[in-house]
Amino acid sequence: MSILGTRVVRTEDPRLLTAGGTYVDDLRVPELADAARVTFVRSPIAHALITGIDVSAAREAEGVVAVLTAADIDDLPPPPDNGLTGTEGAPLPLGGPWSEPLLAVDRVRFVGEPVAMVITNQNYQGEDAAELVSVDYEPLPAVIGVDAALSGESLLFPPAGSNLAVTTGTPVDPAAFDGCDVVVEQTIVNQRLAPVPMEGRAAAARWADGKLTVWVSSQNAQIGRLILAGAFGLDPGAIRVVAPDVGGGFGAKIGVDRDALLVAWAAKHIGRGLRWAETRSENLLAMTHGRAQQQVVKIGGTREGRILAYRLEIVQDTGAYPRMGGFLPFLTSLMAVGPYDIGHVETAYRVIVTNTTPISAYRGAGRPEATAAVERAVDLFAAEIGMDPAQVRRINLIPPDKFPYSSPCGPVYDTGGYVKALDTVLAAAGYEELRAEQARRRERGDVLQLGIGVASYVEITAADANGGETARLVVHGDGSATVYTGSSAHGQGHHTAWAMLVQAELGIDMAMVEVVHGDTDLIPEGVGTYGSRSLQLGGVAVYKAAVEVKEQARQVAADLLEASADDLELDTERGIWQVRGDPAAGRTWAQVASHAGDDVLTAFVNYTDGQPTFPFGTHLALVEVDTETGKVRLLRHVTVDDAGTVVNPVLAEGQRHGGIAQGVAQALFEEMAYDADGNPVTGSLIDYAIITAAELPSFELLASETPATINPLGAKGIGEAGTIGATPAAQNAVVDAVSYLGIRHVDMPATPARVWAAISEARESR
Amino acid sequence: MRVSVTVNGSQVAADVADRTLLVHFVRDVAGLTATNVGCDTSSCGACTVLLDGRSVKSCTVLAAQADGREVVTVEGLAGEQDQMHPVQEAFRAEHGLQCGFCTPGMVMAAVSLLAENPAPTEEEVRTALEGNLCRCTGYHNIVRAVLAAASDNSA
Repeated sequence: MSILGTRVVRTEDPRLLTAGGTYVDDLRVPELADAARVTFVRSPIAHALITGIDVSAAREAEGVVAVLTAADIDDLPPPPDNGLTGTEGAPLPLGGPWSEPLLAVDRVRFVGEPVAMVITNQNYQGEDAAELVSVDYEPLPAVIGVDAALSGESLLFPPAGSNLAVTTGTPVDPAAFDGCDVVVEQTIVNQRLAPVPMEGRAAAARWADGKLTVWVSSQNAQIGRLILAGAFGLDPGAIRVVAPDVGGGFGAKIGVDRDALLVAWAAKHIGRGLRWAETRSENLLAMTHGRAQQQVVKIGGTREGRILAYRLEIVQDTGAYPRMGGFLPFLTSLMAVGPYDIGHVETAYRVIVTNTTPISAYRGAGRPEATAAVERAVDLFAAEIGMDPAQVRRINLIPPDKFPYSSPCGPVYDTGGYVKALDTVLAAAGYEELRAEQARRRERGDVLQLGIGVASYVEITAADANGGETARLVVHGDGSATVYTGSSAHGQGHHTAWAMLVQAELGIDMAMVEVVHGDTDLIPEGVGTYGSRSLQLGGVAVYKAAVEVKEQARQVAADLLEASADDLELDTERGIWQVRGDPAAGRTWAQVASHAGDDVLTAFVNYTDGQPTFPFGTHLALVEVDTETGKVRLLRHVTVDDAGTVVNPVLAEGQRHGGIAQGVAQALFEEMAYDADGNPVTGSLIDYAIITAAELPSFELLASETPATINPLGAKGIGEAGTIGATPAAQNAVVDAVSYLGIRHVDMPATPARVWAAISEARESR
Repeated sequence: MRVSVTVNGSQVAADVADRTLLVHFVRDVAGLTATNVGCDTSSCGACTVLLDGRSVKSCTVLAAQADGREVVTVEGLAGEQDQMHPVQEAFRAEHGLQCGFCTPGMVMAAVSLLAENPAPTEEEVRTALEGNLCRCTGYHNIVRAVLAAASDNSA
């Protein structure tokens, strides 16, 4: 029986549990033996001109090696300009007038922006010396929020003439909602979140003998190398990037960012190895944030529950610099209609800059925002026509006989069973009984009211499938194997899954399969991990490499066994090559591989299936709302997350668990907030309400596997399903709990203050 | 100042700055890097170690306060022949870790919890681990691991 699909515990764990991982700050490699520490001096003001920087006192402080400002950056080529101005609606960062410096030059645009670097022999010395760097700021009016940005009264980039970085125009079909009995419109805030990987950003770097080595906490060593090569004007061959153990990424560690580039630059500039690991407070201010959309949804249909038209307008706050944030609403628009068969769909978006931390990917990257919008809209529509929201979904979900389904938003959904996912969840949750209990509590006027939230979703994974992913497999003379993967693990369990794929195809015990990732000297070509792409691209690459190696080995085994290759078979249970029907005279992998010659059995695959895949599912959240205090408690969370064929249920469930928690966190707790002057008011873990074990129940996961048809593993992506499905389910549950008061919408996060205010307002207006 | 701490059974002594935190003493002086720093507000618990048998957040303790006392980190949990501690075993069996960064602190917090309450309910586990943050697992399998370790204890 194949090991695929079975519950295999992780090979990574004994080391992580007994010795701990080796994250960047844990590296004790000789190249960093004399490394100095980097401490950043960051802007305490959201928007200001820099009129002077005095580093003289800091330079005299104990242990200071160097203090560097933008004036010291005289040895880099001009930043690569991709020529984008924003009007193309194309991927970002934008160049030209929107360009982002490495260290602030004459203006700061968000609290946390790096202004100077202090380099000290020891770690505590840096904080002392950074206090001595004196920066003269001339404050400018901060641009916070959509209205301030669009008014253009204060501009972040005066040469650009506007705070509007990208626009697709506005949908104008005046007839779009003709024929609808009912039309509902709602403004929705999809609030700004901090990714908070438990390991913050960290980098170390050393320049020696014409080669730059950068250790960085990154999801993509190879992309990191390209970014470094562009920034330094170096040949990629002169750069080695290592992503060692990485303590979570969630999209915010794609490539290398500004701060890590600076660490690498400074190491080269002063000719000394450097280390940097940010504090959590720095992390909350200067690692990219996610989400930050203001949406206007409009939905219309018949009183019988058929939805006929849907419109989504987005204003994406991309923070101070238009990086990847400018691309997120494109992904939101792509998935705007979700799993519904709706005849008329319109989307439009605008991307604004504000004096806040730049926005980039955060688990889901544009797709949770799409699902949150359409799932709220469906509930609003259901409330307006007085129909059960689950029934409205059942009426409008794309039926199974319509796949592949061409969405009016562009994508072609590959495979799905959306109605079945909904019904499976409703049955497992005991939906009818939950509604009955809700009715009883309402009847009694209980303080604790129940809310049932349903969210159906379809998402896009490996949206950039054309980028492909690499794998190199080598079978060694002792019968062991090594996989070099271009994909990059930071908790997902690649090492276990990739070894399982090798064992399944070749019969080499996974204990004999070493998986190597995240070192561009060993793996120059690769893409890395984001967008739930790893298994369906990187995993398939491993599988294909195993198939190739198997065919090479067949020839070698034929030679050994003096038989025709066509007569040979590989017993994948035992890892033995044999003549069909003659197991007694078999040859082991060690015999075959050593006969071939050391490391001759090897294959390199750069795989793409050329198309994304479309996982889907339904989440149901059950919450209890204390109608006297507004406090929300999640009681149950039941889900189907169908991501095609599952290689290892343990890993897939783990991805779902983590995503659900982050989704619930957005719905109920977390928000990165700023005051009107652009000061972060949730800039530490004291204030940023990161979700804890005490706020969550155990989750109820239901199995469902509808294989993808475009790749041989049948796999789709699972990494982001949780945030996509759980967020609207939990939000809808809160609204559902208080809907009997006439409340139709509560923005996220549904904090006690916000829920209590909604209840109070509703009761007053009655 | 001179600080001497027994770390995982070995005496570690050094002259350190007065303000040296215990977590930095463990990482940089004792050279044990499993214990991580995840925040600067004593919120996350990644740095949890046992100090004289009770869990503390080692970013909130000065090395000087640990002088003459005994510290156990996750590296010191395993028994003879590197036999994993039952809590470590349970975390592995239940997939109670993903990226691994919170794990050393989480395991030490769980060890401390089970020492105080050998048969906790799920709710007690969740409350006890409130000060240990994990961003990967949604806590689901961490809680299962702690409950499994507890039931193995009593078996």
